[in-house]
Amino acid sequence: MEPVVHLRAAAALLGRFPALAGADLDVASGEVVLVRGPNGAGKTTLLRTCAGLLPVVSGEARVLGHDLRTDRRTVRRHVGLLGHGTGLYDELTVADNLSFWTRAAGADERDAVAALYRLGLAGRLRDVPVGRLSAGQRRRVAFAVLVARRPALWLLDEPHAGLDHEARDLVDDLVRDAAAAGATVLLASHELERAEPLAARIVTVNGGVTTEAAGVA
Amino acid sequence: MLREATLVARKDLRVELRSRVTTNQVVPFALVVLVLFAFALDPDRGVLERATPGLYWVAVLFCALLAVQRAFAVEAADGIRDALRLTGIEPAGLYLGKALAVAVQLLVLEVLLGLGVVVLYDTALGGWGLLIATCLVATAGIAAAGTLFGVLAAGLRVRETLLPLLLLPALAPVLLATTRASEAALGDDTAEGWPWLGLLGVFALVYLTAGLIGFGALMEDT
Repeated sequence: MEPVVHLRAAAALLGRFPALAGADLDVASGEVVLVRGPNGAGKTTLLRTCAGLLPVVSGEARVLGHDLRTDRRTVRRHVGLLGHGTGLYDELTVADNLSFWTRAAGADERDAVAALYRLGLAGRLRDVPVGRLSAGQRRRVAFAVLVARRPALWLLDEPHAGLDHEARDLVDDLVRDAAAAGATVLLASHELERAEPLAARIVTVNGGVTTEAAGVA
Repeated sequence: MLREATLVARKDLRVELRSRVTTNQVVPFALVVLVLFAFALDPDRGVLERATPGLYWVAVLFCALLAVQRAFAVEAADGIRDALRLTGIEPAGLYLGKALAVAVQLLVLEVLLGLGVVVLYDTALGGWGLLIATCLVATAGIAAAGTLFGVLAAGLRVRETLLPLLLLPALAPVLLATTRASEAALGDDTAEGWPWLGLLGVFALVYLTAGLIGFGALMEDT
Protein backbone atom coordinates (compact mmCIF):
# COMPACT_ATOMS: atom_id res chain seq x y z
CA MET A 1 0.00 0.00 0.00
CA GLU A 2 1.38 3.40 -1.00
CA PRO A 3 2.29 5.64 1.95
CA VAL A 4 0.19 8.77 2.48
CA VAL A 5 3.40 10.82 2.50
CA HIS A 6 6.38 9.69 0.45
CA LEU A 7 9.43 11.96 0.20
CA ARG A 8 12.79 10.91 -1.22
CA ALA A 9 15.58 13.49 -1.38
CA ALA A 10 12.81 16.08 -1.78
CA ALA A 11 13.95 19.69 -2.05
CA ALA A 12 11.55 22.62 -1.88
CA LEU A 13 11.84 26.37 -2.35
CA LEU A 14 10.59 29.17 -0.14
CA GLY A 15 10.36 32.05 -2.58
CA ARG A 16 13.62 31.82 -4.46
CA PHE A 17 15.55 30.25 -1.62
CA PRO A 18 16.07 26.54 -0.85
CA ALA A 19 14.03 25.63 2.22
CA LEU A 20 13.92 21.86 2.31
CA ALA A 21 17.06 19.99 1.32
CA GLY A 22 16.83 16.30 0.68
CA ALA A 23 13.99 15.25 2.97
CA ASP A 24 13.22 11.53 3.22
CA LEU A 25 9.96 10.53 4.85
CA ASP A 26 7.34 7.81 4.59
CA VAL A 27 4.13 8.04 6.60
CA ALA A 28 1.63 5.21 6.41
CA SER A 29 -2.13 5.65 6.40
CA GLY A 30 -3.55 6.23 9.89
CA GLU A 31 -0.12 6.85 11.39
CA VAL A 32 0.60 9.73 13.79
CA VAL A 33 4.14 11.03 13.32
CA LEU A 34 5.83 13.67 15.46
CA VAL A 35 8.28 15.99 13.72
CA ARG A 36 10.82 17.52 16.05
CA GLY A 37 13.84 19.75 15.65
CA PRO A 38 15.32 23.03 16.86
CA ASN A 39 14.00 26.45 15.80
CA GLY A 40 14.59 27.01 12.10
CA ALA A 41 15.25 23.34 11.46
CA GLY A 42 12.60 23.13 8.75
CA LYS A 43 9.63 21.59 10.58
CA THR A 44 7.15 24.18 9.33
CA THR A 45 8.67 23.99 5.86
CA LEU A 46 8.26 20.22 5.84
CA LEU A 47 4.57 20.53 6.77
CA ARG A 48 3.94 23.28 4.22
CA THR A 49 5.66 21.21 1.54
CA CYS A 50 3.43 18.23 2.36
CA ALA A 51 0.42 20.56 2.16
CA GLY A 52 1.39 21.47 -1.41
CA LEU A 53 2.09 25.10 -0.53
CA LEU A 54 5.76 25.10 -1.50
CA PRO A 55 7.12 24.04 -4.89
CA VAL A 56 9.17 20.83 -4.87
CA VAL A 57 12.08 21.28 -7.24
CA SER A 58 13.88 17.94 -7.02
CA GLY A 59 13.54 14.45 -5.63
CA GLU A 60 10.38 12.40 -5.23
CA ALA A 61 7.39 13.84 -3.38
CA ARG A 62 3.98 12.20 -3.30
CA VAL A 63 1.12 12.96 -0.91
CA LEU A 64 -2.11 10.95 -0.93
CA GLY A 65 -0.98 9.41 -4.21
CA HIS A 66 -0.52 12.76 -5.96
CA ASP A 67 2.80 14.08 -7.21
CA LEU A 68 3.67 17.32 -5.43
CA ARG A 69 5.72 18.45 -8.41
CA THR A 70 2.80 18.36 -10.82
CA ASP A 71 -0.45 18.12 -8.87
CA ARG A 72 -0.20 20.34 -5.79
CA ARG A 73 -3.69 21.78 -6.18
CA THR A 74 -5.32 18.37 -5.81
CA VAL A 75 -3.25 17.63 -2.71
CA ARG A 76 -4.37 20.87 -1.07
CA ARG A 77 -8.03 19.88 -1.26
CA HIS A 78 -7.40 16.77 0.83
CA VAL A 79 -5.05 18.04 3.53
CA GLY A 80 -5.74 20.21 6.54
CA LEU A 81 -2.99 22.49 7.85
CA LEU A 82 -3.05 24.27 11.18
CA GLY A 83 0.00 26.50 11.02
CA HIS A 84 1.28 29.40 13.09
CA GLY A 85 -1.46 31.59 11.65
CA THR A 86 -5.09 30.68 12.21
CA GLY A 87 -6.26 31.65 8.72
CA LEU A 88 -9.24 33.56 10.12
CA TYR A 89 -10.55 37.01 9.23
CA ASP A 90 -10.33 39.35 12.23
CA GLU A 91 -13.20 41.50 10.95
CA LEU A 92 -15.66 38.63 10.61
CA THR A 93 -17.48 36.98 13.47
CA VAL A 94 -16.82 33.40 14.54
CA ALA A 95 -20.03 32.35 12.77
CA ASP A 96 -19.07 34.22 9.56
CA ASN A 97 -15.62 32.62 9.56
CA LEU A 98 -17.00 29.13 10.10
CA SER A 99 -19.57 29.68 7.35
CA PHE A 100 -17.05 30.99 4.81
CA TRP A 101 -14.25 28.49 5.39
CA THR A 102 -16.48 25.43 5.50
CA ARG A 103 -18.37 26.45 2.38
CA ALA A 104 -15.12 27.30 0.59
CA ALA A 105 -13.79 23.83 1.37
CA GLY A 106 -17.08 22.08 0.58
CA ALA A 107 -17.43 20.99 4.22
CA ASP A 108 -20.46 20.90 6.50
CA GLU A 109 -20.71 23.95 8.76
CA ARG A 110 -22.55 21.90 11.39
CA ASP A 111 -19.42 19.78 11.88
CA ALA A 112 -17.43 22.94 12.62
CA VAL A 113 -20.03 24.17 15.12
CA ALA A 114 -20.03 20.76 16.83
CA ALA A 115 -16.22 20.78 17.03
CA LEU A 116 -16.30 24.30 18.43
CA TYR A 117 -18.62 23.21 21.25
CA ARG A 118 -16.42 20.19 21.87
CA LEU A 119 -13.43 22.52 22.16
CA GLY A 120 -15.26 24.43 24.85
CA LEU A 121 -15.94 27.65 23.00
CA ALA A 122 -19.30 28.84 24.26
CA GLY A 123 -22.13 29.63 21.86
CA ARG A 124 -22.25 33.27 22.99
CA LEU A 125 -19.00 33.85 21.08
CA ARG A 126 -20.61 33.00 17.73
CA ASP A 127 -21.34 36.65 16.97
CA VAL A 128 -18.07 38.05 18.29
CA PRO A 129 -15.51 39.26 15.70
CA VAL A 130 -12.50 36.94 15.67
CA GLY A 131 -10.23 39.95 16.19
CA ARG A 132 -11.64 40.31 19.69
CA LEU A 133 -10.90 36.72 20.72
CA SER A 134 -7.86 35.65 22.69
CA ALA A 135 -5.08 33.75 20.90
CA GLY A 136 -6.26 30.49 22.43
CA GLN A 137 -9.88 31.07 21.38
CA ARG A 138 -8.79 31.88 17.84
CA ARG A 139 -6.81 28.67 17.73
CA ARG A 140 -9.88 26.70 18.81
CA VAL A 141 -11.95 28.24 16.00
CA ALA A 142 -9.22 27.32 13.50
CA PHE A 143 -9.22 23.78 14.88
CA ALA A 144 -12.99 23.58 14.44
CA VAL A 145 -12.65 24.53 10.76
CA LEU A 146 -9.93 21.89 10.34
CA VAL A 147 -12.10 19.19 11.93
CA ALA A 148 -15.07 20.07 9.70
CA ARG A 149 -12.94 19.66 6.57
CA ARG A 150 -12.27 16.02 7.54
CA PRO A 151 -8.91 15.97 5.78
CA ALA A 152 -7.22 12.68 4.96
CA LEU A 153 -3.92 14.17 6.15
CA TRP A 154 -3.71 16.47 9.20
CA LEU A 155 -0.67 18.73 9.29
CA LEU A 156 -0.40 20.34 12.72
CA ASP A 157 2.29 22.92 13.45
CA GLU A 158 2.61 23.46 17.20
CA PRO A 159 -1.04 22.50 17.77
CA HIS A 160 -0.86 23.13 21.52
CA ALA A 161 0.60 26.63 21.29
CA GLY A 162 -1.47 29.29 23.02
CA LEU A 163 -3.98 26.82 24.48
CA ASP A 164 -4.81 26.32 28.14
CA HIS A 165 -4.45 22.91 29.80
CA GLU A 166 -8.06 21.92 29.21
CA ALA A 167 -7.99 22.87 25.53
CA ARG A 168 -4.74 20.96 25.05
CA ASP A 169 -6.40 17.82 26.33
CA LEU A 170 -9.33 18.42 23.97
CA VAL A 171 -6.96 18.87 21.02
CA ASP A 172 -5.21 15.61 21.94
CA ASP A 173 -8.60 13.87 21.95
CA LEU A 174 -9.41 15.29 18.51
CA VAL A 175 -6.07 14.06 17.14
CA ARG A 176 -6.61 10.59 18.58
CA ASP A 177 -10.16 10.48 17.19
CA ALA A 178 -8.96 11.56 13.75
CA ALA A 179 -6.29 8.85 13.73
CA ALA A 180 -8.82 6.28 14.93
CA ALA A 181 -11.09 7.30 12.06
CA GLY A 182 -8.28 6.58 9.59
CA ALA A 183 -6.74 10.02 9.13
CA THR A 184 -2.98 10.40 8.99
CA VAL A 185 -1.40 13.01 11.26
CA LEU A 186 1.94 14.76 10.93
CA LEU A 187 2.54 17.10 13.85
CA ALA A 188 5.45 19.37 14.59
CA SER A 189 6.02 20.37 18.18
CA HIS A 190 8.55 21.57 20.67
CA GLU A 191 6.44 20.29 23.52
CA LEU A 192 7.69 16.74 23.37
CA GLU A 193 6.19 15.65 26.68
CA ARG A 194 2.77 16.60 25.36
CA ALA A 195 3.18 15.42 21.77
CA GLU A 196 5.13 12.16 22.16
CA PRO A 197 2.24 10.17 23.68
CA LEU A 198 0.17 10.98 20.59
CA ALA A 199 2.77 9.75 18.13
CA ALA A 200 3.64 6.28 16.91
CA ARG A 201 6.92 7.52 15.49
CA ILE A 202 9.29 10.49 15.74
CA VAL A 203 11.15 12.11 12.89
CA THR A 204 13.89 14.65 13.49
CA VAL A 205 14.43 17.51 11.06
CA ASN A 206 17.55 19.66 10.98
CA GLY A 207 18.73 22.04 8.32
CA GLY A 208 15.77 21.08 6.16
CA VAL A 209 16.86 17.43 6.15
CA THR A 210 15.14 14.55 7.92
CA THR A 211 18.00 12.96 9.83
CA GLU A 212 16.51 10.46 12.20
CA ALA A 213 13.47 8.30 12.78
CA ALA A 214 12.68 6.45 15.95
CA GLY A 215 9.74 4.37 17.08
CA VAL A 216 8.06 5.33 20.29
CA ALA A 217 5.06 3.01 20.28
CA MET B 1 -16.67 29.00 -10.63
CA LEU B 2 -19.58 31.42 -10.28
CA ARG B 3 -20.59 29.85 -6.95
CA GLU B 4 -17.04 30.32 -5.68
CA ALA B 5 -16.89 33.88 -7.02
CA THR B 6 -20.14 34.75 -5.25
CA LEU B 7 -18.89 33.22 -2.01
CA VAL B 8 -15.63 35.20 -2.15
CA ALA B 9 -17.36 38.46 -3.16
CA ARG B 10 -19.89 38.19 -0.34
CA LYS B 11 -17.09 37.50 2.14
CA ASP B 12 -15.01 40.47 0.94
CA LEU B 13 -18.02 42.79 1.09
CA ARG B 14 -18.90 41.52 4.55
CA VAL B 15 -15.32 42.23 5.70
CA GLU B 16 -15.71 45.78 4.36
CA LEU B 17 -19.12 46.25 5.98
CA ARG B 18 -17.76 45.10 9.33
CA SER B 19 -14.52 47.09 9.18
CA ARG B 20 -16.17 50.15 7.58
CA VAL B 21 -12.87 51.21 6.00
CA THR B 22 -14.63 52.21 2.79
CA THR B 23 -17.30 54.30 4.51
CA ASN B 24 -15.06 55.80 7.19
CA GLN B 25 -11.89 56.39 5.19
CA VAL B 26 -12.21 55.96 1.43
CA VAL B 27 -15.41 58.00 0.97
CA PRO B 28 -14.13 60.98 3.03
CA PHE B 29 -10.80 60.74 1.16
CA ALA B 30 -12.61 60.89 -2.20
CA LEU B 31 -14.68 63.89 -1.13
CA VAL B 32 -11.57 65.67 0.16
CA VAL B 33 -9.92 65.12 -3.24
CA LEU B 34 -12.95 66.70 -4.95
CA VAL B 35 -12.86 69.67 -2.58
CA LEU B 36 -9.12 70.17 -3.17
CA PHE B 37 -9.65 70.16 -6.94
CA ALA B 38 -12.38 72.76 -6.47
CA PHE B 39 -10.04 74.95 -4.37
CA ALA B 40 -7.28 74.64 -6.95
CA LEU B 41 -9.46 75.53 -9.94
CA ASP B 42 -12.11 77.76 -8.37
CA PRO B 43 -10.69 81.10 -9.63
CA ASP B 44 -11.72 80.02 -13.10
CA ARG B 45 -15.10 78.26 -13.00
CA GLY B 46 -14.85 77.53 -16.72
CA VAL B 47 -11.78 75.35 -16.26
CA LEU B 48 -13.42 73.46 -13.40
CA GLU B 49 -16.52 72.81 -15.49
CA ARG B 50 -14.49 71.54 -18.45
CA ALA B 51 -12.24 69.44 -16.28
CA THR B 52 -15.00 67.85 -14.18
CA PRO B 53 -15.12 64.44 -15.96
CA GLY B 54 -11.32 64.06 -15.73
CA LEU B 55 -11.20 65.15 -12.09
CA TYR B 56 -14.05 62.80 -11.25
CA TRP B 57 -12.30 59.78 -12.78
CA VAL B 58 -8.94 60.67 -11.21
CA ALA B 59 -10.71 60.65 -7.84
CA VAL B 60 -12.27 57.27 -8.71
CA LEU B 61 -8.81 55.86 -9.61
CA PHE B 62 -7.37 57.00 -6.28
CA CYS B 63 -10.26 55.28 -4.51
CA ALA B 64 -9.75 52.15 -6.60
CA LEU B 65 -6.12 52.00 -5.43
CA LEU B 66 -7.27 52.06 -1.82
CA ALA B 67 -9.99 49.47 -2.41
CA VAL B 68 -7.62 47.07 -4.17
CA GLN B 69 -4.93 47.50 -1.53
CA ARG B 70 -7.47 46.84 1.18
CA ALA B 71 -8.82 43.73 -0.61
CA PHE B 72 -5.41 42.08 -0.42
CA ALA B 73 -4.16 43.58 2.85
CA VAL B 74 -6.82 41.72 4.88
CA GLU B 75 -5.43 38.46 3.52
CA ALA B 76 -1.78 39.23 4.20
CA ALA B 77 -2.10 38.43 7.91
CA ASP B 78 -2.46 35.28 9.98
CA GLY B 79 -2.05 32.65 7.29
CA ILE B 80 -5.21 33.60 5.37
CA ARG B 81 -3.48 33.42 2.01
CA ASP B 82 -2.34 29.86 2.69
CA ALA B 83 -5.78 28.96 4.02
CA LEU B 84 -7.39 30.21 0.80
CA ARG B 85 -5.00 28.15 -1.31
CA LEU B 86 -5.86 25.08 0.76
CA THR B 87 -9.62 25.38 0.23
CA GLY B 88 -9.39 24.23 -3.35
CA ILE B 89 -11.24 27.30 -4.62
CA GLU B 90 -10.39 27.71 -8.29
CA PRO B 91 -8.08 30.72 -8.79
CA ALA B 92 -10.42 32.04 -11.50
CA GLY B 93 -13.31 31.98 -9.00
CA LEU B 94 -11.19 33.75 -6.41
CA TYR B 95 -10.16 36.39 -8.94
CA LEU B 96 -13.71 36.95 -10.13
CA GLY B 97 -15.03 37.19 -6.57
CA LYS B 98 -12.43 39.71 -5.47
CA ALA B 99 -12.89 41.79 -8.62
CA LEU B 100 -16.67 41.74 -8.09
CA ALA B 101 -16.32 42.97 -4.51
CA VAL B 102 -14.00 45.80 -5.61
CA ALA B 103 -16.44 46.72 -8.41
CA VAL B 104 -19.40 46.93 -6.01
CA GLN B 105 -17.45 49.23 -3.68
CA LEU B 106 -16.38 51.40 -6.62
CA LEU B 107 -19.94 51.72 -7.91
CA VAL B 108 -21.09 52.96 -4.50
CA LEU B 109 -18.19 55.42 -4.44
CA GLU B 110 -18.97 56.60 -7.96
CA VAL B 111 -22.56 57.43 -6.96
CA LEU B 112 -21.35 59.39 -3.94
CA LEU B 113 -18.67 61.16 -5.98
CA GLY B 114 -21.33 61.94 -8.61
CA LEU B 115 -23.39 63.65 -5.94
CA GLY B 116 -20.20 65.42 -4.87
CA VAL B 117 -19.54 66.94 -8.31
CA VAL B 118 -23.18 68.00 -8.64
CA VAL B 119 -23.02 69.83 -5.31
CA LEU B 120 -19.42 71.12 -5.35
CA TYR B 121 -18.89 71.76 -9.08
CA ASP B 122 -22.48 72.65 -9.95
CA THR B 123 -22.44 70.05 -12.73
CA ALA B 124 -25.65 69.30 -14.61
CA LEU B 125 -25.83 65.57 -15.27
CA GLY B 126 -27.24 64.29 -18.56
CA GLY B 127 -26.82 61.68 -21.27
CA TRP B 128 -27.88 59.12 -18.74
CA GLY B 129 -27.63 56.04 -20.96
CA LEU B 130 -24.05 56.73 -21.96
CA LEU B 131 -23.13 57.96 -18.49
CA ILE B 132 -24.40 54.82 -16.72
CA ALA B 133 -22.91 52.49 -19.33
CA THR B 134 -19.55 54.29 -19.01
CA CYS B 135 -19.57 53.93 -15.23
CA LEU B 136 -20.43 50.21 -15.40
CA VAL B 137 -17.88 49.28 -18.06
CA ALA B 138 -15.13 51.48 -16.60
CA THR B 139 -15.75 49.99 -13.16
CA ALA B 140 -15.45 46.48 -14.58
CA GLY B 141 -12.15 47.39 -16.26
CA ILE B 142 -10.70 49.11 -13.18
CA ALA B 143 -11.71 46.23 -10.90
CA ALA B 144 -10.39 43.61 -13.34
CA ALA B 145 -7.01 45.33 -13.75
CA GLY B 146 -6.79 46.31 -10.08
CA THR B 147 -7.37 42.78 -8.84
CA LEU B 148 -4.79 41.39 -11.26
CA PHE B 149 -2.11 43.89 -10.22
CA GLY B 150 -3.24 43.63 -6.61
CA VAL B 151 -2.31 39.95 -6.36
CA LEU B 152 0.97 40.66 -8.14
CA ALA B 153 1.93 43.19 -5.48
CA ALA B 154 0.28 41.40 -2.55
CA GLY B 155 3.10 39.00 -1.75
CA LEU B 156 5.80 41.66 -1.79
CA ARG B 157 7.03 43.75 1.13
CA VAL B 158 6.86 46.92 -0.94
CA ARG B 159 3.26 46.32 -2.01
CA GLU B 160 1.90 49.66 -0.73
CA THR B 161 4.22 51.66 -2.96
CA LEU B 162 4.46 49.18 -5.81
CA LEU B 163 0.74 48.89 -6.53
CA PRO B 164 0.23 52.53 -7.62
CA LEU B 165 3.35 52.31 -9.79
CA LEU B 166 1.99 49.23 -11.55
CA LEU B 167 -1.69 50.05 -11.65
CA LEU B 168 -1.93 53.73 -12.52
CA PRO B 169 -0.02 53.47 -15.83
CA ALA B 170 -2.08 50.40 -16.73
CA LEU B 171 -5.27 52.35 -16.08
CA ALA B 172 -4.22 55.35 -18.19
CA PRO B 173 -6.29 54.14 -21.18
CA VAL B 174 -9.32 53.81 -18.88
CA LEU B 175 -8.86 57.35 -17.63
CA LEU B 176 -8.64 58.65 -21.20
CA ALA B 177 -11.64 56.70 -22.48
CA THR B 178 -13.91 57.30 -19.47
CA THR B 179 -13.12 61.01 -19.48
CA ARG B 180 -13.94 61.34 -23.17
CA ALA B 181 -17.11 59.24 -22.86
CA SER B 182 -18.23 61.21 -19.78
CA GLU B 183 -17.53 64.54 -21.53
CA ALA B 184 -19.70 63.40 -24.42
CA ALA B 185 -22.47 62.29 -22.04
CA LEU B 186 -22.46 65.62 -20.25
CA GLY B 187 -22.17 67.58 -23.51
CA ASP B 188 -24.50 68.06 -26.42
CA ASP B 189 -23.38 65.18 -28.67
CA THR B 190 -23.50 61.80 -26.94
CA ALA B 191 -22.70 60.03 -30.23
CA GLU B 192 -19.02 60.96 -29.77
CA GLY B 193 -18.93 58.96 -26.53
CA TRP B 194 -19.96 55.53 -27.78
CA PRO B 195 -16.65 54.68 -29.53
CA TRP B 196 -14.84 55.50 -26.29
CA LEU B 197 -17.22 53.21 -24.46
CA GLY B 198 -16.30 50.46 -26.97
CA LEU B 199 -12.63 51.01 -26.18
CA LEU B 200 -13.41 50.73 -22.47
CA GLY B 201 -15.22 47.45 -23.15
CA VAL B 202 -12.20 46.03 -24.97
CA PHE B 203 -9.93 47.08 -22.11
CA ALA B 204 -12.20 45.47 -19.52
CA LEU B 205 -12.42 42.26 -21.52
CA VAL B 206 -8.63 42.03 -21.98
CA TYR B 207 -7.92 42.47 -18.27
CA LEU B 208 -10.75 40.17 -17.23
CA THR B 209 -9.40 37.44 -19.50
CA ALA B 210 -5.83 38.01 -18.31
CA GLY B 211 -7.01 37.82 -14.70
CA LEU B 212 -9.03 34.64 -15.16
CA ILE B 213 -6.03 32.96 -16.80
CA GLY B 214 -3.13 34.44 -14.84
CA PHE B 215 -4.40 34.99 -11.30
CA GLY B 216 -3.56 31.46 -10.13
CA ALA B 217 0.03 31.60 -11.35
CA LEU B 218 0.53 35.05 -9.80
CA MET B 219 -0.90 33.87 -6.50
CA GLU B 220 1.56 30.96 -6.47
CA ASP B 221 4.59 33.01 -7.42
CA THR B 222 4.22 35.94 -5.03
